[in-house]
Amino acid sequence: MSKILVGLKRVVDYNVRVRVKPDGTGVVTDGVKMSINPFDEIALEEALRIKEKGGATEVIVVSIGPADTQQQLRTGLAMGADRAILVQADSVVEPLAAAKVFLKLIEKESPQIVLLGKQGIDDDNNQTGQMLAALWDRPQATFASKVELDGGKAKVTREVDAGLETIEVDLPAVLTTDLRLNEPRYVKLPDIMKAKKKPLETVAIASLGVETAPQFKTTKYEPPAARSKGVMVKDVGELVAALKQKGLV
Amino acid sequence: MAKILIVAEHAGGKLNQSTAKCVACASTISGAEIHVAVFATDGAPVAAEAAKIQGVKTVLTVNNAANAEPLAAVLAPQVAAVAANYTHVFGPSTTFGKDLMPRVAALLGVGQLSDIMAAEGAYKFRRPVYAGNAIITVEAPQDKKLVATVRTASFQAAPEGGSASVEAANVSASLPSHTRFVTRSAAATGRPDLQTAPRVVSGGRALGSSDNFKIIFSLADKLGAAVGASRAAVDAGYAANDLQVGQTGKIIAPELYVAVGISGAIQHLTGIKDARTIVAINKDAEAPIFEVADIGLVGDLFTVLPELEKALG
Repeated sequence: MSKILVGLKRVVDYNVRVRVKPDGTGVVTDGVKMSINPFDEIALEEALRIKEKGGATEVIVVSIGPADTQQQLRTGLAMGADRAILVQADSVVEPLAAAKVFLKLIEKESPQIVLLGKQGIDDDNNQTGQMLAALWDRPQATFASKVELDGGKAKVTREVDAGLETIEVDLPAVLTTDLRLNEPRYVKLPDIMKAKKKPLETVAIASLGVETAPQFKTTKYEPPAARSKGVMVKDVGELVAALKQKGLV
Repeated sequence: MAKILIVAEHAGGKLNQSTAKCVACASTISGAEIHVAVFATDGAPVAAEAAKIQGVKTVLTVNNAANAEPLAAVLAPQVAAVAANYTHVFGPSTTFGKDLMPRVAALLGVGQLSDIMAAEGAYKFRRPVYAGNAIITVEAPQDKKLVATVRTASFQAAPEGGSASVEAANVSASLPSHTRFVTRSAAATGRPDLQTAPRVVSGGRALGSSDNFKIIFSLADKLGAAVGASRAAVDAGYAANDLQVGQTGKIIAPELYVAVGISGAIQHLTGIKDARTIVAINKDAEAPIFEVADIGLVGDLFTVLPELEKALG
């Protein structure tokens, strides 16, 4: 019985142009399309491929968030996960608290691999996987673009600033995904129907006994500084002249 | 008073410029005492470089054969041990720092602040969220150690001219053997480094093939520029992954950024919005890249680029 735990975060959809509320208290989320964080979708796809190749027997999707997060977990089940756990939380859960929640689930489920997206495209923190690996006292292989399992080990190619780096980690381990690890499958209608019958367990975050009070306080949201309006040139001659004027060539 | 430890990023015995950018960030906190720690097999050459950065008081070297490669699982317990004497621990928001610093924070039992773009005090910072579509002001508790990464594109590297003392630090931490370095493949291009180059030429999906992408390299060489790429170009295999500019790739701030055949998805724009001058060349006049460009030219890149190269002599 080897399990893979996959984290799915509910975030504002990739294609939505996020806007700051006029009063600076947050970003507009009313009526905005919510989706699975794209990196987490890649994590789930990788878990499913590992299972299909015989490297795991069960894929469990986990999310931390409000009741509506069930939608994203159902999508994960439709993609092929075996069951889902929603850790219901109605206020902000910072990455350290999320890592503590995952650790609790790890103690219960004893997975061989925990697969998470490298970052949520909402808060862009890029922390939870690394923190979980620290608390669990296990290896981390972040920003993965290739994962090869070999018995109790995983060889992971990572996208780093210098190029590609390969490390070997003993399992169990935490892996976080980068964009080019795989291309997630599309969900088919019959799978959506089937997913409705798959188990989805809801756990109140308070029942896990972890400290979830936020450490950081966000006091203001602002739109980014706008760039001043540029000029359009009509040919290469004008382009070079404009660059010369700015002293750039 | 803030006592700030900065974890040096280095490779091949050379200090990465990201370290001087972290120092620049720390220097904006008034009264801060800044130390840099070098974790290496033999940190002396890197420490000598770090000691010259203006604003650094002390450089600590932590020598250990296990530090030959920057493995987060191996470095984190050592950083956490050294951090005991500090109020703040900073690292760069490069892949090195992003991998390491959250692990350090968790070992210290605290959260982490990612991508500081400005310090408004020792415990008050500004950082981007939602791919830079919102900038938030965040307050951190003063009774906890603050672990953070610094958004390197937001700071000019602190200049040389310092003369910090260099000290060897003894660290006792048990290091894991569960994580092992295998190999690293870096494309040795001979071109300037994308993250620090003053000029960058980037290509997008419109290039159409890796063969066509060569005209980006050609223009870059003409300008003495580094080469970048949009996610679409990297996904399509036209360019290597380490060239990707954007929310999940590299965030850069060159003097000149030339975007060729890049439509300008929000995720790409967040990687270049600190560029001094953005030039966009695209055949679609409606492409969002023109909304942020300082100089825009609507045209077919396959005609424009050879002309441009010729005009540049």
